[in-house]
Amino acid sequence: MSAVLEADRKPPDLVPPPDREVELERWIRWLAPLTLAILAIGAWDLVVRMNEIPPYILPGPALVLQSLIKDWPTLWPSLLVTLRITAMALAAAIFGGVGLAVLFSLSRWIELSLFPFAVILQVTPIVAVAPLILIYVDNTNLALLTCAWIVAFFPILSNTTLGLNSADHNLRDLFQLYRASRWQQLTLLRMPAAMPYFLGGLRIAGGLSLIGAIVAEFAAGTAGTGSGLAYRILEAGYRLNIPRMFAALILISLTGIVIFLAFTLLQHLVLRRWHESAVKREP
Amino acid sequence: MSAARSSAVPAPDQGGTPLVALRGVAKLFANGTQALADLDLAIGRHEFVSLLGPSGCGKSTALRLIAGLTRVSRGRIEWPQGEGLGDIGFVFQEPTLMPWASVFDNVRLPLRLQGKSRAAVAGEVEAALAMVGLSGFAGAYPRELSGGMKMRVSIARALVTRPKLLLMDEPFAALDEITRFKLNNDLLQLWQQQRWTVVFVTHSVYESVYLSTRVVVMAARPGRVVAEIPVDAPYPREEAFRTSVTYNGFCRDASALLHRAMGE
Repeated sequence: MSAVLEADRKPPDLVPPPDREVELERWIRWLAPLTLAILAIGAWDLVVRMNEIPPYILPGPALVLQSLIKDWPTLWPSLLVTLRITAMALAAAIFGGVGLAVLFSLSRWIELSLFPFAVILQVTPIVAVAPLILIYVDNTNLALLTCAWIVAFFPILSNTTLGLNSADHNLRDLFQLYRASRWQQLTLLRMPAAMPYFLGGLRIAGGLSLIGAIVAEFAAGTAGTGSGLAYRILEAGYRLNIPRMFAALILISLTGIVIFLAFTLLQHLVLRRWHESAVKREP
Repeated sequence: MSAARSSAVPAPDQGGTPLVALRGVAKLFANGTQALADLDLAIGRHEFVSLLGPSGCGKSTALRLIAGLTRVSRGRIEWPQGEGLGDIGFVFQEPTLMPWASVFDNVRLPLRLQGKSRAAVAGEVEAALAMVGLSGFAGAYPRELSGGMKMRVSIARALVTRPKLLLMDEPFAALDEITRFKLNNDLLQLWQQQRWTVVFVTHSVYESVYLSTRVVVMAARPGRVVAEIPVDAPYPREEAFRTSVTYNGFCRDASALLHRAMGE
């Protein structure tokens, strides 16, 4: 009887959730951090003005911006130098990390023998190793590249290794049932399964390769052929050109942010059709 | 009861040369568990055999042995009529689809592993999808489908190679009852049309009787066959069969044997 009653009753009209809330959240996402940044810069400006801090101790934001524009002809080529090292290190890290991970997945022997050394490379602070590398590697650019590579490749290696081993067991059985070759298993099953892990590693490695490049430039210091951003910071420091130090610092941060956002976007684009991490959910 | 057998149904030749036979098969796992002890089981062509038993009775292991996914510890598995690549289709309890691939690419997988190009197999893939009622979903991704639809994709993938033998490991256990009944009916219909042989693992008495030409009751620790029930009821079996006296009689028998097998 109750079934009949239920059927007779008209369902209440469903009201779609108000778009305003969604819209608002989208704005807050941008507005909140932006407001905070403006406030912080304002406070910075105020502190510098009120206390009349000289620019060689702490320049105001206006002066930093001015310096960024004025020194652009110097800073821009340096940024390119740092970017080149970063990009090459990252490319080498992807190549080495993925290649090694694939080797590991093919041979347990290789994994057992090599993985500890990868860990040693990772846990030894690059600041401490960089001077040695600079001594033993004649070509400064190559030395910088090596340093940045050491820092960047581990997250890719460890994430990809984990990913390659995370393929569903039943799917592996299925591949075995149809007598798939090792190559087919690798390319059709293990690599796609590893993709989310690899992309996660890539996002970390992107930032790390920049850090690696900067640290290596610092270690190389003025002794190197150096003209990267870190070199500019050192140089400006010696000359007490603090506004330029800040300007260079801002460029480094912006580069890091752009790298992070680019890889986040890449991750989203690649995974949006299938992986839980990237699929949009109804709130 | 043995009378009116529908002409649409291929007569199972249980007595003749079996399609596959397990002879004195034992399986001992590395951790010392004896999954199967001395299993004798012959599957005839066109049969629909259910392996019914409590968990731990080795019914899934028997299926994996037939599929060649694991090796026997003792005994042997015979294929008197020969066995070729793509002769076996396997359906797991989970849909086991590749989440990164479209429905089309998931169903295409077995043919792709045989080295056939995308263009060459498009027709076969479409046909397999049509068979399970999923034409028009080729471009969808697994996460966009319901549980029942995912299972249909999984079945289409198993059928795309036109296997002689379809192995199903509790394929509908995770589905709701309405979906399960629907898939039961669709599976039976396909089986009647296509003349493959099915070995179906389940722990549901009702499902096993509804589907099978023969129910094999197994017991656990160690896994072994304790009884066989030929389900001598005509096909096509439809919803009305679920409430018939015949059906209930077989269910009662199977249930009693199952309980005895579980030592109750």
